[in-house]
Amino acid sequence: MLWLIIAILLTTLAGVPGLFCSRNGSGGERLACLMSLVGCASGLVAVSLILISGHELRMEFPWSVPGGVFALRLDAISAAFLLPLILVVATGAVYGLRYWPQRENPANGRKLRLFYGLLSGSMILLLTSRNGVLFLMGWEVMALAGYFLITTEDHKEDVRRAGFIYLIATHTGTLALFALFALLGEAAGSLVYPAAGTLTAASSGLMFLLGLFGFGMKAGIMPLHIWLPDAHAAAPSHASAILSGVMIKTGIYGLVRLTSFFAVIPPWWGWTVLVLGVISGILGVAFALAQHDIKRLLAYHSVENIGIIALGLGLALLGRSYHVPELVALGLAGCLLHVANHGLFKSILFLSAGSVIHAVGTRNIDSYGGLLKRQPWTGLLFLGSAVAICGLPPFNGFISEWLIYLGSFQPLKQAHSPLGMAVLAAPALALIGALALACFVKVFGVTFLGEPRSEAAAHAHEAPRCMLAPMALLLVACVWVGLLPTTLVPILQMAVVNWGGAAGSTILGSSFAPLGSISLAGWSLVLLLGLSAFWLKRRSRTAPRNVGTWGCGFQFPTARMQYSASSFADSLVQLFNFVLVSERHGGKVRGFFAKPAKFESHTPDVVLDRVLAPGFAGGAWLCQRLRAGVQNGTIALYLLYVVLALIALMAFFTY
Amino acid sequence: MIAGLILHLALLLIFAPLLLGIITKTKALFGGRVGAPLLQLYFDLAKLWRKGFVFSRTTTWVFLAGPVVGLAVPLLASLLIPFGALQAPVSFEGDLILFVYLFGLSRFFTATAALDTGSSFEGMGAVREVTFSCLAEPTVLFALLVLARLSDGLSLNSLLGAHLLADWHSPAGASLGLILVCLFVVMLVENSRIPFDDPNTHLELTMIHEVMVLDHSGPALGMILYGASLKMMVLGALLVRLALPWQTGWWVTDALVFLVGLVGIAVLIGVVESIMARLRLPRIPQMLIGTSLLSIFALVLVLR
Repeated sequence: MLWLIIAILLTTLAGVPGLFCSRNGSGGERLACLMSLVGCASGLVAVSLILISGHELRMEFPWSVPGGVFALRLDAISAAFLLPLILVVATGAVYGLRYWPQRENPANGRKLRLFYGLLSGSMILLLTSRNGVLFLMGWEVMALAGYFLITTEDHKEDVRRAGFIYLIATHTGTLALFALFALLGEAAGSLVYPAAGTLTAASSGLMFLLGLFGFGMKAGIMPLHIWLPDAHAAAPSHASAILSGVMIKTGIYGLVRLTSFFAVIPPWWGWTVLVLGVISGILGVAFALAQHDIKRLLAYHSVENIGIIALGLGLALLGRSYHVPELVALGLAGCLLHVANHGLFKSILFLSAGSVIHAVGTRNIDSYGGLLKRQPWTGLLFLGSAVAICGLPPFNGFISEWLIYLGSFQPLKQAHSPLGMAVLAAPALALIGALALACFVKVFGVTFLGEPRSEAAAHAHEAPRCMLAPMALLLVACVWVGLLPTTLVPILQMAVVNWGGAAGSTILGSSFAPLGSISLAGWSLVLLLGLSAFWLKRRSRTAPRNVGTWGCGFQFPTARMQYSASSFADSLVQLFNFVLVSERHGGKVRGFFAKPAKFESHTPDVVLDRVLAPGFAGGAWLCQRLRAGVQNGTIALYLLYVVLALIALMAFFTY
Repeated sequence: MIAGLILHLALLLIFAPLLLGIITKTKALFGGRVGAPLLQLYFDLAKLWRKGFVFSRTTTWVFLAGPVVGLAVPLLASLLIPFGALQAPVSFEGDLILFVYLFGLSRFFTATAALDTGSSFEGMGAVREVTFSCLAEPTVLFALLVLARLSDGLSLNSLLGAHLLADWHSPAGASLGLILVCLFVVMLVENSRIPFDDPNTHLELTMIHEVMVLDHSGPALGMILYGASLKMMVLGALLVRLALPWQTGWWVTDALVFLVGLVGIAVLIGVVESIMARLRLPRIPQMLIGTSLLSIFALVLVLR
């Protein structure tokens, strides 16, 4: 347990010594990076201890707050969330050394590192706390540190806007969580978490709804994702990696932990989560397809992946309601594994996007092109993680999606049960996967392949090793999960048991057994690809590369004739236009000898920009009119208000 | 197991290119022509094998990854699917998802290899490939759900097991018929045949698969052609088993039934190509969504 305390303290305080160092020196940042790394290493020791021993670690001592106990406990569910966190925090800290060096950013470098540390430490705290108050403390520190990370470049207008939207969203969510923990404390008799599967309370439905709103707001489940695209786009890339890879998963952690308390899970919980998962998954990727800003696009993919995770959680909840232990095991294992997987590959994607932005100087995908020649390693790492996020073998995304697929096939065995509807998760997941594939073919193709579309892209340079190595480490972790999934079965099994799936612990082994065959298939795929690639490479070794791409008879092709990000996605965006409502301007070419024409398309967020922003603006306008009517500067009217208030008071007291 | 593996691979590697020959021959007969010899694709492959490469300056290693994945994936996928009554050599619970996703992998790399050339024509092909498969993918899953409901396991071997014969005669036969139609449509899309794509028009704005491989040459082009024919045979195996679920018990007759089924499918594709025009591009999504609806209906029928 000591290891965990060291991890929390070191990561939290990593940025503090830097505050006392010089604005222009690099001492503070190296110290911060070292502290984060040591902190992560000791966190890793703590996690491996529980994996080896198979028991949870616990620490409790009296504490003078409501709840009365300072309780930390590390079980398999927490460990499943901690493992990717540790990896992402450590790699992000190293990456930040060159991506955001103090010397080039004297104004905000120290602030960035201070809040990076606070964010990581508070997340470890909230993932291991077993007391509602402690959890909320960690939650608030995390939320505020997240705000300061997003607004690192607060001299920019759009960054400040993104920060404010985030702050409003996160505090609305926290409000719901306060209510949730008050109810939970009342039902359980204490603010210390009840044991899994023990809570029976009349208000459990309300608690679930509050939790779904509060935690869903943080996780970015579809109608609540409003803060996510702007915030991830505004933050520096390694901060986006930790925000998107890890922070939003604390919302999922909250939901998983909350649902573990209850003895009985009504079916509507599972159905709600499942439906929200399908909506987030499909619409998240549809919005991603329509984006041109690489980080906004990746942010919408986070919404999509949260949808996939919610599919898994929804299936597991349904499994508990209808007493199908295989469904619980496969759904929850898929959910937890996808949490870890998404943390890994989304971090690589954000970090490599950062190295592209570093080299080209813009976030607009249509200004990139041909970067694989200039940034071969960044391109390779991006490609690897793109294949992984599409859920394709032999990478890790396939393993977690496979578990969820297998879970969604389980209801078929239940004859004449309302559970049958849950099989629709499988085709939904297939649609999500195919759309994600289209989107990542687009991003990778337009960014890294073809000819450079701008002068800056033509002169881009490869990222330094200090930025490449962390990404490579994360990709190795992705490949590890993809090729050796059996190594993760113990922690997943423990997590399922901890969550309250103890009834099915005997069949857990058989549910996960095919993972060995999948690993074998993955290895043979790698071997087959390697052999044929080697052969083709050798065969084509002497072939010259001295001709242009065939332009189908046209002699003077230019880089502008290539497919762009918007033209690539256009046919799919048109199919989903009933919800995306893209704005399109220009693009009509008229007459013979046509004049140059312009075309632009833009897809704002439908919930934020089309519903909430106009709605709130309307509300503000209404209140303003009301106030102008009530408080119009006429003294006589004010006296009348006083008289009316007195009469009302009199009526109130005499009644 | 080893014998099964060798038989599987031998059937696949030897007979796959013949299917395309049969399709072209059928189309030629319909058109009143003699047509190319049945073994034309074998001759083409032998010729391409001996040729050199021509690479565009724009391309990178990703350009070669397309053919590599396009050949390796159908090979591996073929091991998961039974060829008629011949059991798949590799089989485990949930291998059906691996089967579907392997083809996703090959699609990813074919499309990125196309974008690697920087040509707008190949970009066009890549877009259409990924767009149409988005609409075809749910149909495949619905079909697999129907099959999984009728069987007691989740491996392709048990999905396409001997129980299918009895199922055809049971009330579930209607569902099987519907998904047979759906899978045939998916096969036409995935193998870029008319009415979705015209494999014969190399230089029109209507094509999908052929335009993606415009810049490939020599052995790489050979790998793509061979990979495409393997893919057709592997996807065809799914249909053959569904349509001809007989089990003779002796591997020679089983293999014969399988090959006869494949020839039948090739002839059917040739007939479809001869009597239908290619659909207008905006019609294709509508057709695919319609197919998905059919497959949902099939699922409703077996779930009720």
